[in-house]
Order: sequence, then structure tokens, then C-alpha cells
Amino acid sequence: MPEERRVISVIVINEASVLSRIAGLFSGRGYNIDSLTVAPIPESKYSRITIVTQGSVLVIEQIIKQLHKLIPVLKVYEHANLVEKEMALVKFPVTECLSDIAALCAAYNGKIVNVSEDFMICNVADIPQRVDNFLKAIKRFHPKEIVRSGVVAMEI
Amino acid sequence: MQISGAQMVIESLIAENVEVVFGYPGGAIMNVYDEIYKQNGFQHVLARHEQAAIHAAEGYSKATGRVGVAMITSGPGFTNAVTGLADAYMDSIPMVVISGQVPMSLIGTDAFQEIDAVGISRPCTKHNYLVTDAKDLPRILKEAFYIASTGRPGPVHVDIPKDVTAQIEEFVYPESIELETYKPTVKGNARQIKKAIDAIGEASRPIFYLGGGIINSNAADEVRELVNMTNIPSVETLMARGTLGADNENLISMLGMHGSYAANMSMSEADLMIAIGARFDDRVTGKLSEFAKHARIIHIDIDPASISKLVNADFPIVGDVKNVVKEMIPLAKERIDGQKYAQWRETVANFDKLHPLSYQDSDEVLKPQWVVERIGQLLGDDANITTDVGQHQMWAAQFYPFSRPRQWITSGGLGTMGFGFPAAIGVKRGCPDKVSINVTGDGSILMNIQELMTAVEYKLPVINVILNNNYLGMVRQWQTMFYDKRHSQTDLSMQPDFVMLAQSFGGLGYRVKTKEEFDAALKDAVEKNVVALIDVTVNRLENVLPMVPSGGSLFNMMLEYKDK
Ligand SMILES: Cc1ncc(C[n+]2csc(CCOP(=O)(O)OP(=O)(O)O)c2C)c(N)n1
Ligand SMILES: [Mg+2]
Repeated sequence: MPEERRVISVIVINEASVLSRIAGLFSGRGYNIDSLTVAPIPESKYSRITIVTQGSVLVIEQIIKQLHKLIPVLKVYEHANLVEKEMALVKFPVTECLSDIAALCAAYNGKIVNVSEDFMICNVADIPQRVDNFLKAIKRFHPKEIVRSGVVAMEI
Repeated sequence: MQISGAQMVIESLIAENVEVVFGYPGGAIMNVYDEIYKQNGFQHVLARHEQAAIHAAEGYSKATGRVGVAMITSGPGFTNAVTGLADAYMDSIPMVVISGQVPMSLIGTDAFQEIDAVGISRPCTKHNYLVTDAKDLPRILKEAFYIASTGRPGPVHVDIPKDVTAQIEEFVYPESIELETYKPTVKGNARQIKKAIDAIGEASRPIFYLGGGIINSNAADEVRELVNMTNIPSVETLMARGTLGADNENLISMLGMHGSYAANMSMSEADLMIAIGARFDDRVTGKLSEFAKHARIIHIDIDPASISKLVNADFPIVGDVKNVVKEMIPLAKERIDGQKYAQWRETVANFDKLHPLSYQDSDEVLKPQWVVERIGQLLGDDANITTDVGQHQMWAAQFYPFSRPRQWITSGGLGTMGFGFPAAIGVKRGCPDKVSINVTGDGSILMNIQELMTAVEYKLPVINVILNNNYLGMVRQWQTMFYDKRHSQTDLSMQPDFVMLAQSFGGLGYRVKTKEEFDAALKDAVEKNVVALIDVTVNRLENVLPMVPSGGSLFNMMLEYKDK
């Protein structure tokens, strides 16, 4: 069965064990989570967890049903129509061409956010596919370290 | 009322009308055991192994329909109990299991007898809690009982650090539950139900596929009414035995790997399947793509995750089986003509005539199937039957004349050897007026044999009938059939003296080699009302038949096995 990329949002009660319960549904089936973000939903006792994973339709359907069954889970959305965003932080040696890097960042909704004696750090924020592209494009500037935030998503 | 966490546990159990707790003490749970000593609201039964304490609570729960309660200490006490939790999880048994934990300040330090209990129990419980503040205890225990017993039932584990059981707080047991994120669907969708009834009316070869969810939902009466009214041939899963009763004319038999030829053939020929509280286990379906492949499927289940998990349902109905079937009955009365399926019923009857469930009896050696049948003849409705796991379990399921739900208690999902005896102790505690029989094997009985002591101490006279083939018989059967008779590590010729073993614990032992001896032993044990081991020497190389080889199709049954 073909594997597809899926984005799932889970609204959960913000309590200690909930993340392990959710992660366990994936790990127990031998499925990897590509990215996972968690943050509290403002002015509520809930958190939103956004999970990006790969799987066949059947497997994802079963995982979604199992997610629904977890006691602290309020809602599960498997996104069809959504806005996705991801952020990345990249560290470059200052010996690289600063203006080229700054221009490239700007094309991906980003900028230089910190410069020290040896390194500078820039960020970009864009749809995951474009973040991929950006990271390919900056290879020639010898990035020292890359941190991606994982995907956040919202239904349209 | 200002009381300690330990006292809160006692008060909460009493508030939940718990009459018996099965357990085993140790360091981290001692505060609670101290309060158990002081109270007389419920009985505590001291098992002789934590796994057995859980199985006993399972047996009690399955026999009575109530929540089973067990209590254990941290570390090894908890890890010993894990098999029981997993067993209860797989068979959807409502349970609350309370474990002690090292004090909060020591959690995460590899303290003595510390183990991440909630980390371990997470995948084998319906829900679990680590209680970090005694203020939360009443709410958590209330939720635990509620979650265990509603929706698709299951075990809930509550882990309580020692300092939390010592902490003193105000105690008020909540009257109601507020769980915003947990609201099981109990009522079936009325439109779906109507559509399902229409589909039954249109079908010419319908079949009821009855599962253990019917027993859990206490819906056997309703299901029987629906089946009798519609006259539709029905099959039961291992877990549903006793739903219709052996003498019900619509009951074909059990289906699946060791189901009857007629049950499996009817399933394969049906044009409509009405699955009720069943979950399409691989031991039932055989090769999935061939399972009931001509049938449209109505699937009624409380658990949406069970529907279309393995086989796509054409008419999914999420809801409590009892509620849904109740709503189906008046509609069925209106729209379904019970005479309509006469020809199909004849086809089914012919399957049964062609290859009835049977065995070759013998004058020389006791046949295990005969022993099961004989228990049925002598005790019938008066006995509750538990089993261990193996050939004896399948023979019991095939040949006992079950007459009611909750009469049959077996480890289905996990298939846990060692389940039967402690479960039978719990069954006896729950139903003292019935004879509690454990049909077991010479391998399985040794996996919780220490429970002889529990049964004797608490005067819970379980009769263990050991179908002794000197083999791990079920594994031996597969080795005979599929591994060229290489009987690797399954020969149990080395045996204890079961008679002396029983006696040494204060029970009674019987050695049985003939039919007469069996009758005499069983009658004596029932009459004397004692804990007993009846060691029945049976035909060593008997096979469980018919059989669908693992991964095969239901319509391709092995009806006999000819030694090459
Ligand atoms: C705890 C556990 N370990 C191993 C097994 C695998 N197993 C299934 S049946 C069986 C043989 C059981 O032997 P016995 O109790 O003598 O029953 P018989 O099949 O001979 O009737 C074994 C080892 C199991 N089901 N449970
Ligand atoms: Mg055996």
C-alpha cells in the first residue's frame, strides 16, 4: 500500500502523560513521526499537537481512531485543507558572504537574527517544502548547524 | 473528613461497592494494607502471586459483570501483574488495578523497587494514572471505575507513590464525573440501524457473527430474541460461547481456527454478515481476503476503532450492543420474515450433517473430548467453566454444552497459560453457588499452581480437571503437522505427582485413567466441595480438529489428520 505524508492535529488536555500516550501509538506500530510540535492553546487547559507522519491510508485511519480513544484527547483532525508553516534556524561562519545569505533568507520570509564574532544565525519561516528548498540552496555557504521547528498547521 | 491517601483508597473502594480485592502487599503499598487491616467494608483475598491476583479479579469480573479490583506493590509486584493487565486489556475486562510506587521524591532515582509502572502499563491498559497529590485521589479513583466499566471496558491502572498514601487531605468522594474528553457513543445511529434491517430483509443467506462484546454488554437476552425472531443461522466466537445456549436451533457452533465445518462454511457462503460485538480476530477469520467474501457486512460495536479495522463494514453501527439490538428488535419484527431463510437454513444443516463436530471415542484410553462432554452431562448449567490455554481450551469450547452468558471464561486475546486456575478462584468468589471448574492442561496448571494455597485458605473450592497428555499439546500438534514431528521442547513426560501435590496444599487429588474413575472423582470432588486436582490421563497424541491452518481460508479446513 502506498505511503503518504499526513498532517494530523490532536487537541489534548495539557497533562504530564499525554505525549507519551500519543507517541506510543506510533512507536508501538513501528511508525516514525517525521515531526511533532506541541504548545498550549491560549486561555484553555488544552494543547495542540501537530504531527507529520507517513503511512498507508489504512494505518493512518487506525491510528486516528486509536488517538480518539485516548482518554485525554478531545479532538483529532486529519488535515485536508490547511495552511502549514515551519521555521528553521541556520548557523553560518561569518566568513561566508553575508549579503548573499541575507538576500536568500529574505526570499524565504527570513532574516539574519544574530551575529557574533565567528558565526551568524538566520531564520526562515515558510511551508515545509520551501524550507527544504532553502536548506538545499544554502548548502554552498557551509552551514554549521540547522534546527527545524517541525510543522504547525491550521485548517483553512 | 481529613484522612490519609491510604484511607481514601479504602473509602473510595467502599463507595464503589467493592466486595472483594485480590492482592499482594509490599513496601510501597504498606500504608494502604495497614488500612485494609483496620476495615471491614470488603474482603481482601491474598493471592500467592501478583499475576494470579489479577487473573482472579478478571475471573470475578467476567463471572459477575462487576469491576474487578486488584492491589499490588511497586517494582516486582507490579511487573508480575503486567501479564494480567495485558490479558484484561485484550479481552476488554473492566478492572481497577492499584499499585504502590516509591515516594515522589525518589521517583526517577532508580530507588529500591522503583520501576516506571505507568510507562509499562500504558500500552496494556485502557487508561492509567500516576497520582502525584492525595487531593486528586478521590477523583482519580472515581474516574478509574467509570472508565473501566463504560464504553469498551478495560483495565485502568492507578499508581500511587508511598508519600501520597501518607498525605492527609480533605476527603469527599465525587458524586458525578466530568470527563470532557471521554464520552463513549452508546446509542446507535437510527438511520444506520434502519438500513441494516433493510439489508437483512434483502439478504438470502444472512448469518449472525456473535462476539464477546455481547457478554460484556449484558446483551445476550436481546441478541437471542433477535436471532430467534429472524431465524437466522448464527455462529459464536470463542469469547461469545454461552450467548445463545447450546440447544438453540439457530446456533451452528463456534467459528474460526477450530470452529466447526458448518460454522466456517456458512460464514464463507453467507451473503450478509451481522457482526455483533466481534472484532475479526485472525484466529476467527483465517485469511482475511477470503473471509466471508460474498457477504455484505453489518458491524455493531461500541468501539469505533474496531469497525473497518480489518474488514470494511458496509453498515457500521457504533453503539452499545444492548441498545442497538434493542432498537433492532421492533424493526425486525415488522420487516423481516423469519420463514424467508428456510432454504439457507437447510444448506447450513447439510453442512453440519456432512461433517459434524465429533471425535472418535475409545475403550482403551480416555479421550479429552469425552471428558469435557462428561463434565457437561454431569454438571451442565450448574458449573462455570474456566480454562487455560491449549488443546484443552479448544475442546472445552467445542464440546461443553454452554447454557448462559458468563458461564464460560477463557483467555482469548492474549491466550495466557496460567489464567485458568486463579480466574476460577475469582469466579467461585463471585458465584459461590455454582461449581467452579477449571479445564486445564498439564503444562498450564503449573504456571499458577501456587494458587492451590489461596483456594484452600479462602475455601474457594475450584475443581481443576487436568487433561493430561504429557505434552504442551497445542504446540506439539503444530509440530506434528507443520514441523515434521520435531517435538522440540514440548514433551512433558516429567510430571509431578498431582495427587500428592494437591494434598500437600490441603486439597484433594485424584488420578483418573478410565471413564468410571472420572465420574467417581468428579462426583466426589463436587460432593466434598473441596479444592481439587483431577489428573486425567488422556490420549497423548489427540489433535484438535477440525482446523484451519494458520493463514488459511475458513472453507479450507483440515477435517482429519492422517499420520504419514
Ligand atoms: C504464558 C504462555 N506461554 C506460552 C504459550 C504458548 N502455548 C500455547 S498452548 C501451549 C501448550 C499448553 O500446554 P498444556 O497446558 O499442557 O495444554 P494442552 O495443549 O496440552 O491441552 C503453549 C506452550 C502461551 N499460550 N502462554
Ligand atoms: Mg498438555
